[in-house]
Order: sequence, then C-alpha cells, then structure tokens
Amino acid sequence: MAMTVHCDIVSAEEEIFSGLVEVVSATGTSGELGIYPGHSPLLTKLVPGPVRITLAGGEQQIFYASGGFLEVQSRTVSILADTAVRADDVDEAAALEAQKLAEQELAQKSSDVNYTKAAAQLAEAAAQLRTVQEIRKKMR
Amino acid sequence: MAVGKEIRTKISSIGSTQKITSAMEMVAASKMRKAQDRMQAGKPYAQHIRSVASHIALSNSEVQHAYMEQREIKRVGYIIVSSDRGLCGGLNINTFKAAIRSMKEWSDQGVEVDLALIGGKAQGFFNSVGGNVIASTRDLGDAPHIEDLIGAVKTMLDAYDEQRLDRIYLVSNKFVNTMTQQPEVEQILPLPPAEDEAMQKAHWDYIYEPDDANELLTELLGRFIESQVYQAVVENLACEQAARMIAMKNATENAGDLIEELQLIYNKARQAAITQELSEIVSGAAAVS
Repeated sequence: MAMTVHCDIVSAEEEIFSGLVEVVSATGTSGELGIYPGHSPLLTKLVPGPVRITLAGGEQQIFYASGGFLEVQSRTVSILADTAVRADDVDEAAALEAQKLAEQELAQKSSDVNYTKAAAQLAEAAAQLRTVQEIRKKMR
Repeated sequence: MAVGKEIRTKISSIGSTQKITSAMEMVAASKMRKAQDRMQAGKPYAQHIRSVASHIALSNSEVQHAYMEQREIKRVGYIIVSSDRGLCGGLNINTFKAAIRSMKEWSDQGVEVDLALIGGKAQGFFNSVGGNVIASTRDLGDAPHIEDLIGAVKTMLDAYDEQRLDRIYLVSNKFVNTMTQQPEVEQILPLPPAEDEAMQKAHWDYIYEPDDANELLTELLGRFIESQVYQAVVENLACEQAARMIAMKNATENAGDLIEELQLIYNKARQAAITQELSEIVSGAAAVS
C-alpha cells in the first residue's frame, strides 16, 4: 500500500475533510505545491484555487478554497481555509456571473477602492471556474 | 365577597410573571440549540489554527516573532467576554469574579491592568467597579460576526505591538453542558507553548513560503487571535442561552410554588370568613328565638 498522510481541511464555518491521503496539491502564494507523505514542515499562504487530494485508494477529490493557510507537519497536513467547499458544490453559473460582473467593474475603473475589490473578486471567480473545469476534465 | 382581594391580585400577577418566564425559557431553549450549532461549527477551525499556532511556538525558528517572545511584564491586558442581556443567572458575575481574581494577582505585584470588554454587561459592571477600559464593543446579537470583534481585538494587538501590553488574557465561559458553564482565564499572547515533548526535543523549523516569515506569521497569528476571540464569543453565547434557560426554568417553578402557597392561604381565609358568617347567623337566630 502506498504511504499516506493525515489531511484536514477546515474552513471558518465547518470541517470539510479529514482522512488519510496520498497526495495533496494546492496553490500557494509562490506557486503550485504537491505534498507527499514525509514532506518537511512547511507553512504557506494559499491563494484562491482548487485543492486536489488523492485518497488512500487512489480516488481523487477536488475542493475549492478561497485563500487561507497550509501547514505541513511530518504526520499531518492542515489546510485552514477562509472558506472552502466541495468542488461539486461550486456553482458554475454563479461563478461566471461573478466573473462577468467583476470584469465590467474593472473596465469602468470608477474608483480605486472598487478597483482592488473587483480585482480580488475576479481572481476568486476565475479560481472557482478553474476548479469546475478541472472536475469536468476528470469526469471525461 | 371582599375576602382576600389582595391575595387574588397577587396570585394573578405572579401568574402573568410565570407566563413570561416560561415563554423566555422556551425562547432560550431554541436559541441555545442554534448557538450550540454555531459553536460546534466553528470548533474544528479554532482547534486546528490553535495547534498550528502552538507548533509555531515550538519551532526552533530563526525568526523570533513578537507574539512568541516572553517579555518582562509591566502591564497586562484582559479581553473579557460577557452577555449583552441579563436574566441569565450568575453567568456574568462568575466570569467577572474569575477575571477580578486573576487581575488582583497582577495588581498585587504592581502590574497595571488594561481591559477590552465585549458585551453590555461587562461595560456596566466595570463602569461601576472601575478599571482602565481601552476598548469595548456591544450589541453583537445572536449571530456575532468576526468584523464586529476586530476593532476591540485590534486595539489590544496594537497595544501589544507597541509594547504597551506585555501579556493578553481572554476571559470567557466554557460550555461544559446545559447545566454547567465554567468561566476560564486563558493566556493568548504571547503564545503559550504546547506540551508536546517529542516536538520540543526535535530541532526543526518550517519552510516558509514566501520567505518573509515575519509577515506570514503576523497574518496567521492575527487570524489565530481573532478566531480564538470569535470562538469564545460564540461559546459564551451558547452559555448565556443555557444559563438563561435554567434560570427561567427555576423562576417558572418558583412562581408555581408561590401560587400554590398563596392559593392555600386564600382558600383558608375564604373558608374562615364563611364559617364566621355562618356562626354569626346561627347565633343571631338563637338570640331572636
């Protein structure tokens, strides 16, 4: 049997996932990370995006995290997400809508405060869409 | 019949009080369930971020973050969580007692104490007792938001950053079960190290990404403190509803006992009046014949 590591994904509202996994991959501020069992201790900030885990049996699961922190210890991996959802629950239509809205706001550039906010919203919506598309690919 | 008019009014007024207390009991019971759910939902995050924070405190890091360094103590801060409304038994008073006991230990050593108060009851109490209040917030409602707390927490953290405070405690109630709520004084800054011996012995450090560990830690530990305070507020809310439910249950029962007693007295008085009237009639009739 392949080596496994315990992984916990929690958001401020609830526990999303807890169990043994073979690989965790997520997007940190300095790029994509793939964590295998036995990784050295690591602490990083996450950017909005999909979090993929491969379960002990080889089955893949995808989650969406809107930023947060990732901690790796010798025996555990913890993801402290600001908000996280199972990717199946990400609403593609709503994400597309949000992306469009954010793009419009960006194009108008009405005021600087709105600009940064819209940019953040756009990044989040794009990340959600990426997550949804990834699931599509997997299902094909 | 004019007998026992006062007793009858008393009984009916206790009766309406009883109706109110029993309604409040039921409201508190349903709110408690919701508050408990909210408390349970936030628990995993609070626990995980706590364990991450204690790992950080144990790591043999090159960066010494201000939140971990033990300073000489000249001034301590207390964040005291209370309810906004009363009628919840001894809940708030027990919290304040625990806080004052701990504050006294410091003031005996000549250390000054600053307070940040959450909840209307704490404001009322420390206004009359006295104390150096540097921040306060109230009227959080049944579903408190982190944003409502950030102001008070930030004031304390800023004071800590500027070395005006050397230690920060959090005082709130722990929800043991519906009948028991335990006030607790917890140190949140500097981070208390975890008691994991294996980890203490091992010499290790995190790989930080991005490399600027200080910035990352400030953000993470700031989040940690906010989450701890938020969790304490949510838990205190569950405690408040549970305490209110019990207090109102007792009040309803006491009102029932009181009504029963008064009813007995009233019946006795009425019977005595009837007996007296009868004997008056009989003796009057005897005198005539």
